[in-house]
Amino acid sequence: MSEFTFLFRGRDQSASPDQMQKTMQKWVAWFKELNANGCIKYPGHPLEPTGKVVSGKAKAVHDGPYAEAKDVVGGYMLIEARDLAHAVEISKGCPILDVAGSVEVRPVQIMNM
Amino acid sequence: MELDDRLFRREAGRMVSALTRIFGVHNLALAEDVVQDAFCRALEVWGMRGAPDNPSAWLMTTARNRALDVLRRQRTAKTFAPELGRLLDSEWTLAPLVDEILAADAIQDSMLRMMFSCCHPRLSEPAQVALILNILCGFSVDEIASAFTSGHAAVEKRIMRGKKVLAESKRLFDTTVPADFSGRLPGVHRALYLLFNEGYHGASPAASVRLELCNEAIRLIAALLQHPLAMTPTTYALAALMTLTAARLPARTDSCGNLIALFEQDRTLWDRTRLDDGMRLLELSASGPELTAYHIEGAIASVHAMARRADDTDWSRIISLYDSLMRINGSPIVALNRAIAIAQRDGPERGLAAIEAIANPDRLAGYPFYPAALGELELRHGNPERARAHFEEALARARNPMERRFFEQRLAACEVPNARATVAQFWESGLDASQTDDEEEAAPSA
Repeated sequence: MSEFTFLFRGRDQSASPDQMQKTMQKWVAWFKELNANGCIKYPGHPLEPTGKVVSGKAKAVHDGPYAEAKDVVGGYMLIEARDLAHAVEISKGCPILDVAGSVEVRPVQIMNM
Repeated sequence: MELDDRLFRREAGRMVSALTRIFGVHNLALAEDVVQDAFCRALEVWGMRGAPDNPSAWLMTTARNRALDVLRRQRTAKTFAPELGRLLDSEWTLAPLVDEILAADAIQDSMLRMMFSCCHPRLSEPAQVALILNILCGFSVDEIASAFTSGHAAVEKRIMRGKKVLAESKRLFDTTVPADFSGRLPGVHRALYLLFNEGYHGASPAASVRLELCNEAIRLIAALLQHPLAMTPTTYALAALMTLTAARLPARTDSCGNLIALFEQDRTLWDRTRLDDGMRLLELSASGPELTAYHIEGAIASVHAMARRADDTDWSRIISLYDSLMRINGSPIVALNRAIAIAQRDGPERGLAAIEAIANPDRLAGYPFYPAALGELELRHGNPERARAHFEEALARARNPMERRFFEQRLAACEVPNARATVAQFWESGLDASQTDDEEEAAPSA
């Protein structure tokens, strides 16, 4: 088994409370399924769309992130899967895809020094 | 009792059960703390601004927010309900899951899980009943101690030990596995039956406490009957027995809290709604091959319920029901009840003979209604001298002020010439159908 990070993009932050509720229910259902299958390494968190970006040697602080709303990372989690193909298969259940968002599936890099 | 007290008591069981579902049964104390916090907060806020329109919802929301705080603060240090896995660790799922578990249907289910958990076979029956009262009915240790006329320390120890057993069982009873459910159901029936009997026949001198125990037992069995796997003829029979018996409560004591015997009760005070409910439940119990003691006791209660006047009671039917009960549960108390019914139908002499014929009467040694029954029949048979001796014995065995007053009144009746005409039937006070093996209940638990 290997670890993979899911980065979620394109969360709809402007949905009505009613839509929000429905969306949350879908997320919970998906998480329950992953939990039951033992896929969750760490469930991560959703992220606020705004924050700060600190960069460079000067440690400059800017409001961020600058990306287009659809490109902002809206949350993350760590999952366990056999391989990348399996992780991709798992990611296909993510409700974010229903609202035209995306899941970036990235293997955790093992640093062998 | 204050409105707040009643409300808190009713809500406590729901809230603790639901929160335990989230925190895990090993964190029962944490759930209780959160509920206690919500109650304190309510007293504070309602004291200033008045109670909200929907106090139950207010309490639940307050407990929910407090629970979320606790979960967020302690999730790295503590493990919560194992079946929820890592879902409480994440903001993706934390609040939606908590809300799911605090929704009305889910709470009902959590209460049942708690009820079944409290009836853990490793716990003695009195411990099961005490736990149910404490966790599901919001009774404090003192209230339970007074309801059972036991000492505070003994009850506290019993409850603490019970909660330890619960905590060790790792998770709340799973009510979704049919085989497990059916296996535990008889124990749950038994605990609710004992709870009800404690209210109806119990030792507490306070009529209000006893009434509350009866109402709690009926509330819990109604909750039990919401579950498809619990809708068995036996559950219906137990519910019928409780409901029909409880229907008589309004007529059972006078304004001073003195017992009024079944035959002297104003039957127009009987609760019609409960009688109708009880008869409906009894009908529902009459399917399938199983005939339990609850069925028969329910049927006996229904015979009383159907008699508009005491004289209309169908004693032959009652005697034959006691015969059936003897075959299932041949306890001397059932035999004593049967003897009383025989006396009602065939006269005191036949009743006395039936009492004499009871096998192993030594098991009735501590039971005050045994000598009282002899006294009553001797009195009716025209032997006030013998009757007096029996009533004195009953008085010496009386377990609470209510019984004491009752036997004193019976003793006084022995002095009245021609007492036969005024004799009070004492059926209701201790020889009621549903009290079948009181002496076992009265035995101190380990």
